[in-house]
Order: sequence, then structure tokens, then C-alpha cells
Amino acid sequence: MDVIELSWWQLALAAMMVVVLAACTFAMRLGMGRSLLVAALRTVIQLALVGLVLEALFAAERLVWVVLMALAMLLIAGREVMARQKRRLLGGWAFGIGTLSMFLSSFTVAVLTLTVVIGPEPWYRPQYAIPLLGMLLGNTMTGVALALDRLTDTAWRLRGVIENRLMLGEPWQVAIGDIRREAMRSGLMPMINAMAAAGVVSLPGMMTGQILAGTAPSLAVKYQILIMFAITLGTGFGTLAAVAAGSRRLFDSRERLRLDRLSAPRS
Amino acid sequence: MSEECLRLDRVAIGELAEASLDVEPGEIVCLSGASGSGKSRLLRAVADLEPHEGEVRLGEQAQAQTPGHTWRRQVMLVPAESHWWAETVVEHFFHEPEAAELEALGLAPDALAWQVGRLSTGEKQRLGLLRAVSREPGALLLDEPTANLDDATSKRVEAWLKARIHERGWPTLWVAHDRGQIARVADRHWRIANGRLEEVDAAWT
Repeated sequence: MDVIELSWWQLALAAMMVVVLAACTFAMRLGMGRSLLVAALRTVIQLALVGLVLEALFAAERLVWVVLMALAMLLIAGREVMARQKRRLLGGWAFGIGTLSMFLSSFTVAVLTLTVVIGPEPWYRPQYAIPLLGMLLGNTMTGVALALDRLTDTAWRLRGVIENRLMLGEPWQVAIGDIRREAMRSGLMPMINAMAAAGVVSLPGMMTGQILAGTAPSLAVKYQILIMFAITLGTGFGTLAAVAAGSRRLFDSRERLRLDRLSAPRS
Repeated sequence: MSEECLRLDRVAIGELAEASLDVEPGEIVCLSGASGSGKSRLLRAVADLEPHEGEVRLGEQAQAQTPGHTWRRQVMLVPAESHWWAETVVEHFFHEPEAAELEALGLAPDALAWQVGRLSTGEKQRLGLLRAVSREPGALLLDEPTANLDDATSKRVEAWLKARIHERGWPTLWVAHDRGQIARVADRHWRIANGRLEEVDAAWT
């Protein structure tokens, strides 16, 4: 079975309906019309560009280009993690911790999955490497951003409790222990929900895509399970690293709580 | 029981410049000064909760040579407003205090089993003192320990604290506003004025 060809006028039909939705929200003064249109436009442009990039990448099949693409994706994800935090660590730490923890977890899991589990020839074959890394980074980014945001915001709100625990002579790890656990939880919760709902409530996107492309459902399911586990590993270890480094950075060498290392929230 | 002297050597934090002060074992030194003069911040510097200049020693032990949590376990700061994080009061205690201690502070015998959510400010303050003291520190830093208490209860808490401090030999810095209280508890009285720490003569109080 071949995939039915989609032509541009068919996409234009779908686009028309988005415009109708925007017009409706505009007419009802819901104030979402503009951002809806901008986001839709961004989707078209970004995906069209990435389509071109992927075609060139698949044609070249060179390790250098795959690595460059991966690095670009990582840096953009790092910026996104930073932008999503209400009170971020100052001095480049928000970007640094987010990017480094995503690098350590997503890249390691992606390379392991490619070399040990799937084993395409060569191992960096872009048709496998780039989509895999994309899914890993996308989910790890969400986990790391949620966890760091929860960590810094809760530490700010509960600063009295943390300091009182320090005054009673507790080490910093104990004083912030509850908050660390909560940050970890909010980072992992989306992935745990996704795994729990997979196949029952939602059909995961990659599996749907493979089935549409003519893969037998049983094989698509195997791939989906593999991807789910890889994403969980990436998100889990990424969140773990980010929470560990982020909470350490909230204290100095004398185990004092240093909220002056956080930025003021943007209004 | 420690019996060690608490020595502040040119401690400077914020507006407060170079405060030097020795507190003998079992001695209570009261600190007073206008709001915002830096009394609480001086205590925070002594407990090493904020970056500061100068050196603090407890006996032979120097603050800078001791890990933060070890230092604070010995030089125990009790803030004016205590914070509680677990469900019930008793979860915040390492060693359960004796019933006599609760009674001396005017608390009911079952106070340890109470839910944290229904404590009044006065109860929180007294339980906060008890929580800190029951960790057996080597020195005490009290930030307005009776700020939320009525007169009768204040005097009870003062008497209890004074007895404990003398019995255990804790050098104590006690931030207080009330002249009457200072006269009752202080062995010496220092005041922060214009960013300096100065001793107040006994006749002055």
C-alpha cells in the first residue's frame, strides 16, 4: 500500500478552515485570532524548510551534517527550556543546565538506541537518527523545562521553609528534598501519562504515521514501544540531571539558600 | 553540654559595619535597635545564612572551617516566624521533648500530636523554640522569641529560656524590643545605632 499523495491545494483546504476558526474567534472577540494565524504560518514555513533540509540531509548521508543538525536542534531546545521558566537561574546557568542535561540524556539514549537496538547501516543513517533524536529532544525538553520551572518557583515560594530547615542544621539536600521530589514528579508526569494512555486513549503519532505509510501494525507497535521507552529514559535522566544540578546551584558552598541567583519573573 | 564562648570578630553585613562581640557560656546578650537596623541580619550572619564579612568562632571552632549544616546545628538561630513543613508537629522533632517542657511553655500535653495547619502564631512561636532547643545546640540566636505572645505567656517563656540557657551554658544573642524584657533577661545589652554595635550601660536600660 502506498501513501496517497497530498497536493498543495488539498493543504490549502485545511488552511482555509484554520482561517475560518481564526475569523470566528476574532468575531467573538476572544483575542486568539492573531496568535493562531501566526502559529499556523510558522508551522507552514518551519516544516517546509525542515523538509528541504531533511531531503538534502538524506541525499548526502554524511555524519558531519547529521551531527550539525543534531547540535542545532539541541541549542534551540536549550533556548526553549530557558524561555519557559518563570524564575530562571542567572548567568547562563538556566541555558547551561538545561542544554547539558538534554545533551547527556537525549544524545546518549539516541546513540544507544541506534547502535545497539535498531542498528541501521550506517548507524547514523539520517532517516532513523534525526526523527529519533527529534522525538527524544522534544519530550526531554518538556520534562526538563517543567522540572526546572517547578524547582525554582517552589524554592522561591517556600524560601521560609527551606531557610528554617537550614537553621535547624539540616544539610541542603534534606532542606530542599521535598521540593526536588516535586520537581522530578512534574517533569516525569507527562511521559508517565502518555505511557499509561497509549493505545487506550490516544494512538501515538509515530505509530499512526507508520501505519499510514503502510507498515504492518504489529511492527509499528514494536517501534512505538521502543520509542516510548527511549523517550522515557531520555526524559527521566535529563530531568534527573537538571534537577540535581539546578538544586545544587540554588545553594552556595556554605549551604546557604541563594535566591539572588534567580531572575525576577517577567510580567 | 558545650560551655563554649561565642566570639564575633569584625562581622559586617549590609549596613552594619564591623561588629565585634564576645558572649560567654550561659550569658544572655540582648540586642536592640530600630526596625531595619540589621539585628536580624546580624543573627543570620552569625548562623552563616547570608554572605558576610568577618569571622565567628564557637570555642575553638571557626565558622569558615565548619561545613554549613554542622555550624548551624550548633549555632542555632530561631527566627521570629517559624515555618512548618510536615503534617503534624511531632514530625519536626528529632527527640520528643518531655511533657514538663510543654507545660512550662503553657502548651497542652497533646500539643505534639496537633496538625500544623491549626497552630496559632503564638503556639508556632513556642513550639519553634522548643524544636530548636530540643536539638541540643551549642549556642542560641533568638530573634524576638516572644513577639507573638501575650504578657503572661511572654514571662513564662522568658523564665523557661533563661533557666535552659543557664543550665546548658549556651552563649545567647537575644534580639528584643521591650525594655522590661531586656531588664529581666539580659546580662549585657548592646544596641545597633547608625550601623554600629555599641554597649548600653546598665543605667541606660
